[in-house]
Amino acid sequence: MNQGIGVAGLYVDDQDEALAFYVDKLGFRVHTDVRNGPYRWLTVQHPDQPSFQLGLFAPGTPIHDDATAQTLRAMVAKGAMPPLVLYVDDCKASYARLKARGVEFTQEPVDRYGSVDAGFRDPAGNGWKMIQPAADTK
Amino acid sequence: MAPKTRRTTVLAPSDTGPTPSPALLRRLLRAKDHVDAASHEAWPVKRLAALSGTSEAHFARAFKQAFGLPPHRYLLTRRIEQANTLLRDTDFSITEIAFATGWESVGTFGRIFRDINGRSPGEFRRHARQIPAPLAAMPACVLKAAQRPDLNIAVLEKRRRMANGTVRPSTREGT
Repeated sequence: MNQGIGVAGLYVDDQDEALAFYVDKLGFRVHTDVRNGPYRWLTVQHPDQPSFQLGLFAPGTPIHDDATAQTLRAMVAKGAMPPLVLYVDDCKASYARLKARGVEFTQEPVDRYGSVDAGFRDPAGNGWKMIQPAADTK
Repeated sequence: MAPKTRRTTVLAPSDTGPTPSPALLRRLLRAKDHVDAASHEAWPVKRLAALSGTSEAHFARAFKQAFGLPPHRYLLTRRIEQANTLLRDTDFSITEIAFATGWESVGTFGRIFRDINGRSPGEFRRHARQIPAPLAAMPACVLKAAQRPDLNIAVLEKRRRMANGTVRPSTREGT
């Protein structure tokens, strides 16, 4: 497939910390990690979804002025950014595996009439729902 | 001599102090996440402050500055949200729902619930069940959060003023 969304990004407070989290704990792979002066373009991808890159971007110069960067970093740290959803085959098994790796869960797996979801945050404060879709919607 | 500022004075945005650091906000969020995960539990400021690594004196002020509501009122929004969900989606009795969502008295629950939702719990349940299957494409957990009451409308404050301060707080907060 060569159509569709290629990159969507998150703001994170610290790109090294985010990289360690998404790669070492969640199991993503680095797709691109390049710099242009102080700007670092960093994307990761899920091993099962090579057509999509998730950008891990730090607010700051030269893209943002200081006041804007500070606002963005505060919004992320307050958990105010839009929800993110990760689909998994087995939410309870993924929960156990990720929790053992030190992922900060905000919600244990909850069964909702067939689908199961849990919630976690990345180190910066971005909130993820980890959803195992109901069998009849796959 | 300038008039002495009382602690209860409502502060203008420019008077609320420097913007908290992302690191502090992230720790406040951790306390908020704990309230979200277990809103039926008691959340005295001491317990929340410990989760955030702040002093008790600092916590309530910093929380309100960060999230726009004092911690006890935020807790209330989560309890009402949960009560709404249980009324709509389960057949638990109103008494059971009151205790399951953290109230110690059914009477208090009913009164606060009506203040916020404009209906008694029983009326809310009947009304909610007449509405067709809601918004199935939205994840259930997100839909639930989206139906949380917005207590910036200050309905409770209005009622407290009308009742001339005779209404006890609905939650046991150590503020």
